[in-house]
Amino acid sequence: MDILVPIKLVPDLVEELEIAANGVALDRRFMRLIPSEQDDHALEEALLLKERHGGSVTVITLDTGDTDDTLYTAIAKGADRAIKVTGESFDEGVTNHAASSVLQAAAKDLTFDLILTGAQATDDLDGSTGPLLAARLGLPFVGYVLAVSQEDGGIVVRKEYPGGLVAEMTVDLPAVLGISAAEKPPRYVVTAKVMEAMKTATIEEVAAGDADAQGAAELARMYLPESGERAEMIEGGVDQVADALVALFGKRGLLG
Amino acid sequence: MSKDVWVVVESLRGEVLENTYTMLAAGRTLADGLGGKLTALLLGSKAEGLAGTLGVADGVTYVDHPALADFTPDAYRRTISALVKEAAPRAVLMGHSSMGMDVASGISIDLGLPLVSACQTLSAAAGFVSVTCGGKVLAEGKLPEPACLVTLVPGGHKPQDGRKDAAPPVARVQPPVPLDDLKTKLKGYIEPEAGGIDITKESILVSVGRGIGQQDNLKLAEELAAALGGAVSASRPIVDQGWLPTSRLVGKSGKSVKPRLYLALGISGAPEHHEGMSDAECIVAVNTDEKAPILDYAQYGVMEDALKLMPVLTARVKQAKGG
Repeated sequence: MDILVPIKLVPDLVEELEIAANGVALDRRFMRLIPSEQDDHALEEALLLKERHGGSVTVITLDTGDTDDTLYTAIAKGADRAIKVTGESFDEGVTNHAASSVLQAAAKDLTFDLILTGAQATDDLDGSTGPLLAARLGLPFVGYVLAVSQEDGGIVVRKEYPGGLVAEMTVDLPAVLGISAAEKPPRYVVTAKVMEAMKTATIEEVAAGDADAQGAAELARMYLPESGERAEMIEGGVDQVADALVALFGKRGLLG
Repeated sequence: MSKDVWVVVESLRGEVLENTYTMLAAGRTLADGLGGKLTALLLGSKAEGLAGTLGVADGVTYVDHPALADFTPDAYRRTISALVKEAAPRAVLMGHSSMGMDVASGISIDLGLPLVSACQTLSAAAGFVSVTCGGKVLAEGKLPEPACLVTLVPGGHKPQDGRKDAAPPVARVQPPVPLDDLKTKLKGYIEPEAGGIDITKESILVSVGRGIGQQDNLKLAEELAAALGGAVSASRPIVDQGWLPTSRLVGKSGKSVKPRLYLALGISGAPEHHEGMSDAECIVAVNTDEKAPILDYAQYGVMEDALKLMPVLTARVKQAKGG
């Protein structure tokens, strides 16, 4: 099975986020970008499928920042090809509607049975890349997928619902799936292997065509939520905090 | 231009899902503000009985077809796209959920309609407010003209405002498009793992998140939970790592819990997590990130490394209990 894995870079939420001067976007100047966590799960699921059934894994990113590390890391993990779609407009960030139209154009020159991507990303505001891309390509889509298996020329996916219920669905190929968690935690790869990939592998660059951004709502304002009623903070060192918490639990009758 | 608002009902094995009532509450507010009607769009097979639970709507459009008996992305998207195209309502609300998110993006492309996702509050006057970046950033704007799609997250509108004892008029319609040659089909359901600890029944939960760092540190939480007479639950990253089974997951894809004490250790508290524990009686959050969204809704907060606090707290709890 030949699998395409689009990876989106998203703000690292551990870092402080700031709003750009225009007031309707994140300030991207000093923002640290990391591969979307669920895209990392999508890559893992793709690599597991390749190990089980053969085929190839191609990772593809939009050149929205420092994507090379992400692509070389994917190669070091076992991906066969890495493609970077370049375009001047990506520095300002790109909506999912636009990203999916760029990916649609790039996918035309690639052969694949399956596209695996994260079910969602933390900075999505206009749907998610997977189902948008599927619709543009005229392919079926299932999201919130936990596992993929090959069966009778097609695939069966496990889709999660609230409360832990899982549905099994058959999906005709080619298809696009949104992975929420791979069957195994994403593999770790040592830096030496990534360095090796940097020396031996080549990132293929493709120029993006015109992105169709229609479909994302215009924002009037982006802001950090004002801390209204924040939690009452319990101050002090570990010992004082522990004492305060035990007193609190006692008062609420939780130590009975 | 239409002023009507549609809510796409989500149901699973004969039961309407809670997020439908959040959507109906939002839809009611929006429709009243626009001066339009609120329609609940119900898809199913022999599911007309569910319409009786949708009393907040002015009317229910019920599409009955065997292929709609259970949610599948292909059949649902085809049906909704065709109906929305025909009636052209002002806004269509779907869940920011396993079902809604499967179809909303596709409908946006099918019909060329703008899509606002992760929307928390919605009104005719103020437009939409969406939650992004794990709850750390809000984005707002006017409702796109002349029509739009919205996926709604909980936390803004209250599900109880979406419930009303009334039987709305039901218009029964045939699927406007053929539902054969479907590319996604339901094969069956797999029940959640039974047995073990049921976190929905525990009165004290020690809940761990990414902040605990390593699997080995879980035992610190287990010891604390044992001392408190509670159980250990977790947020998504812990379950994705395979450190705890899905049955311990609190949040959107996991369980909704209502313990007397929810002690959140190293959990940032993204909206998906909040969804599962917002009804806890008392939330205490221990985190090293002072900007963690969980501190916006916890009653008590501690800026401390959970790994350092846990053993000390375990000892103090044991001491207090006279053990």
